[in-house]
Amino acid sequence: MSNDVLIKARDLSVHYPLAGGGLFGPKPVVKAVEGVNLDIAKGSFFGLVGESGSGKTTLGRACLKAAPITRGTVDYDDGEVSYELTTMEKAQEKDYRKRSQLIFQDPYAALSPRMTVRDIIAEPLEVMGLTSSRKETDERVREIAAKCRLNLEHLRRFPHAFSGGQRQRISIARALVSRPHFVVADESVAALDVSIQADVLNLLKEIQQEMGLTFLFISHDLSVVAHVCDHVAVMYLGRLVETAPTRELFFAPRHPYTKALLSAIPSLDPDDQGTAQKLEGEIPSPTNPPPGCKFQTRCPFAIDHCRQVEPKLEHSSSGHEVACHRWKELM
Amino acid sequence: MTRLLDVENLTLQFDTDEGRITAVDDVSFTLEAGEVMGLVGESGSGKSVTAKSIMKLNPSNAVYGDDTKVTLHLDDGPVDIMALQGSKELKVVRGGAISLIFQEPMASFAPAITIGDQMVEQLLIHMDMNAKRAKEVSIEMLDRVGISDASTRFKQYAFELSGGMRQRAMIAMALSTKPKLLIADEPTTALDVTIQAQVIDLMKDLVKDFGMGIIFITHDLGVIAQTADKVAVMYLGRLIEQGPVRDVIRNPSHPYTQGLIAALPSLDDLDTPLTPIPGDIPSPLERPAGCVFNTRCSANLGEVCHTNIPQFSAVTEGHNVACHLYNREGAK
Repeated sequence: MSNDVLIKARDLSVHYPLAGGGLFGPKPVVKAVEGVNLDIAKGSFFGLVGESGSGKTTLGRACLKAAPITRGTVDYDDGEVSYELTTMEKAQEKDYRKRSQLIFQDPYAALSPRMTVRDIIAEPLEVMGLTSSRKETDERVREIAAKCRLNLEHLRRFPHAFSGGQRQRISIARALVSRPHFVVADESVAALDVSIQADVLNLLKEIQQEMGLTFLFISHDLSVVAHVCDHVAVMYLGRLVETAPTRELFFAPRHPYTKALLSAIPSLDPDDQGTAQKLEGEIPSPTNPPPGCKFQTRCPFAIDHCRQVEPKLEHSSSGHEVACHRWKELM
Repeated sequence: MTRLLDVENLTLQFDTDEGRITAVDDVSFTLEAGEVMGLVGESGSGKSVTAKSIMKLNPSNAVYGDDTKVTLHLDDGPVDIMALQGSKELKVVRGGAISLIFQEPMASFAPAITIGDQMVEQLLIHMDMNAKRAKEVSIEMLDRVGISDASTRFKQYAFELSGGMRQRAMIAMALSTKPKLLIADEPTTALDVTIQAQVIDLMKDLVKDFGMGIIFITHDLGVIAQTADKVAVMYLGRLIEQGPVRDVIRNPSHPYTQGLIAALPSLDDLDTPLTPIPGDIPSPLERPAGCVFNTRCSANLGEVCHTNIPQFSAVTEGHNVACHLYNREGAK
């Protein structure tokens, strides 16, 4: 079984210290991610959704060892090598950087305006010493550029000459040129217009299948996630509240938060005014989370038990887990 | 219904180092009191500058076309906005009869002045009120938009409020002067989907209560479907389709509008792959001749699309489209 899982997180927690705090007593911390168990299957397109402040970006970065892991473990196993992220040595970490990559949200901020597109895409190869000659570098750059539908003419230009969609394709090429196994795409289409967004999503999906990549796709847009991902995890205030195969999650959501998120998507039908319940209030501050279930302050079904005891993820059906005390009653 | 706004032949160009750029090209539309018009388009389509033109809020390098005419119908007669000069004359429309809500509520509030002081300030400028009354009105408005404990919030700064709360405060501030026209520029784009749903509901309630006209700018067709009475679709500075919201969304007629709707990921059908509109929106420096959409259009008819600017023709009553496909066959 372990052969099929690329990323395995157990009790993963990321806490950031806050300024101030008393002279005595513990320093206050923000629990950005708290006690997350996560399995990302090899070759999957894994979606992570949640509102701002839910900790999805931090979780993604922890999987790349780009955020300080406070507690718990993350295991990486691609068949060739296996690492334990919290205890790995310098040389292993260096190797892990080649095997994992990040695609950023904003293609306008992620590309240096002073480098040509060729140099931008070639930089990871040069920094990591993956190629031995300029000729080989050029070959690799051309190969990945073609996959990302950039032509040779484009490689000589600077990023300012490109539109948002083209820039995002350059970012993708840069992330994939080192032939990683694991890619975290953090809100990679959020800054794009719908007509372009579809193009970039199709490209990501195509490349993932062609190169056999594993994606962690972080997004706040549920309809986008529904279209590209095969498994989805929903986060709220640093916790996973539900995880399921995409179809299950969208057609048989179990957690009240997932249901509310789905019903909040504005319908394209003007006469469909959305009969489902609307959420009151806002996501609480992670510096001062409520006791018990983190969702209890906004949950229409919260009872006393929810206010005292934090629910654990429970098995609901194959691959479907939900953290709610009352999910069975609410079905 | 009474006519609130007439925009006729709005053309707007910007003088830049790289030459004169056309941002808005011959746009005309009308708005009735109590009506919500959705202005849709992608980035660079000119929807924001169109709305800002109504308050003459564009920077000093903006050049308006000679036959551009924007008329706001107020109780004491029509106001020709293009003829207004200087901030003194424009006070009537800027913050008076017209209010504007921006996308990013954090950037729209002054960070070092309390929410309350900013609300009071504009009431003192635009309304005949003393400071005490202005404070009362402000707190009433904060309460009206669903901000709990309004008198405490009144004394707080923008950074002390959450994103949704800030956008509510922004709406309260925009509505406290009782504007006739509200321009909302992507008011929900920066918000999470659950908060967006709350703000949309709030705006719907407010339209009912206050009866003002709203121009709702967004790139999200779902938000438009849920809020607007009619829609105008823009592409590269031109209006290409407009009509009642149901007609445009159910029977999109311009290839661009059709493409926009097809590109949306829908939850009802997860199996069909997404269909992007091929190509990218051209730079405003390289506006195509003829129909501005001809570089990406799948229904391109050849020469006519590259030379002639398509005129509006009616698909059904009130639903108009600017496309040569309809000039040939479907024109009535």
